[in-house]
Amino acid sequence: MAGTDNISQTLYESTFRWSHIIRVDGRMNLRGCLLVLTGILMLINLYMIFMVAPTDAVLGHVQRIFYFHVPLAIVSFAAFLVVFIASIAYLFKRDAKWDKIAHSSAEVGVIFITLALITGMIWAKPVWNAWWLWTPRLTTTLILWLIYVAYLMIRSYAPSQSKAAIYGAAMGIIGFADVLVVYFSVQWWPGIHPTPVVGPLAASGSLDSTMRSVLLFSFLTFLALLTYLIMERIALHDTEERVRKIRFSLRRARQDVISGD
Amino acid sequence: MNEFLRPIGVLLWKDILLELRSRELVISLLVFGIVVVVVFNFALNATPQLVTAVTPGILWVAFAFSGVLAMNRAFVREKEEGGLDGLLLSPISRDSIFLGKAAASFIFMLMVEAVLLPVFAGLLNFSPASFSLVLTIVLATLGFAVVGTLFSAITVQTRSREILLPVLFFPVILPVLVGAVEATKQSLGGETLVGLGHWLPLLGAFDALFLVICPWLFSVVVEE
Repeated sequence: MAGTDNISQTLYESTFRWSHIIRVDGRMNLRGCLLVLTGILMLINLYMIFMVAPTDAVLGHVQRIFYFHVPLAIVSFAAFLVVFIASIAYLFKRDAKWDKIAHSSAEVGVIFITLALITGMIWAKPVWNAWWLWTPRLTTTLILWLIYVAYLMIRSYAPSQSKAAIYGAAMGIIGFADVLVVYFSVQWWPGIHPTPVVGPLAASGSLDSTMRSVLLFSFLTFLALLTYLIMERIALHDTEERVRKIRFSLRRARQDVISGD
Repeated sequence: MNEFLRPIGVLLWKDILLELRSRELVISLLVFGIVVVVVFNFALNATPQLVTAVTPGILWVAFAFSGVLAMNRAFVREKEEGGLDGLLLSPISRDSIFLGKAAASFIFMLMVEAVLLPVFAGLLNFSPASFSLVLTIVLATLGFAVVGTLFSAITVQTRSREILLPVLFFPVILPVLVGAVEATKQSLGGETLVGLGHWLPLLGAFDALFLVICPWLFSVVVEE
């Protein structure tokens, strides 16, 4: 069939000709371009983090993990905001496109916030001499993680695809509303443990201007990475849907053949 | 207004009547609450000073876990006997169905807490006769009931519903827990209503927000 010829030819050419990542069938492939851009940005970012950024006076080289940790966290908040908006859009429009966006954003957001928590713990051990402290920011982040893991769980436990979309949308809205409430309630909650002396960016006072630029660049890099991963996941959703439809029509065709005899 | 309130009242009375006849829910929740307190006592191996410090926490863990058990049951009977389909087919608005169910769960949890509170007061050595404490319990339980009823409606249609409900419920309910524990700590310490600062308004704000969101989401979630 003409369709399959095109696909296998494209795959063949993509493997051997990098230009086909950016341009497919004569059109610019946005995802491919973003992949290349993200790759380039990340290489520059790594160079800047390890070569350009000055060594912290107090913490030494360990401090460099900050350039991963902070962008990961903030960019994941952006992902969860997208989940919220897409959930509302899905409930009003009932267009599967919004459901795919919500699910993909939630998945990638959970990955990013998990990495933020892990990098935070790696940073905490040498600096605070503890893997974890129940400070407001950490507690809020952990609750955020729990809420969106629950989002993914309710989707996978749902009895059908359409139910999964609806339950997911409900959870996406409740989860986001709750995150806002949690943020305020935990801020008021008196800290049991001593406040860390050297906190994350917002807590500490001045930041060296080079550090600030590196941080900003890292933030843009991770934002590009987030966008690319979400787009790739949405494309995967589209492919899954196509496979489902093909399977369904195959099953129907088979039944027609059987009942025809 | 009456058209809106009457179905809620009818649904509430139905659930209360069912419970009065079987009595299974309230009694099991009572026993469970007592078991939780006893377990905590052994787990913490508490001195009297420690007990005073952790009493609000123990109290609210007992109430929260009893609440989850109550929520688990909220829609199970409806689902199994087909009652939910009947409710959906009747000309009652979805909001009324939700509020009727939430009101029933609310009343049950309050009944259990009303009996558990003197028992805990005896075991943990505090005085329960405090208006701010009662108000805290009422507001927090309302939050539990509203959120729990929505999640119960979702999880009753899935597999592994008993495990899934706590997993969904507890992260979302954490602001209520924080507010309730802090408010209880202050009211047991002898604070008046004024001294409860931002905790009661937090509980009130949570309740108000979710009283708006949850009925709408219920009607979305329960459609075929």
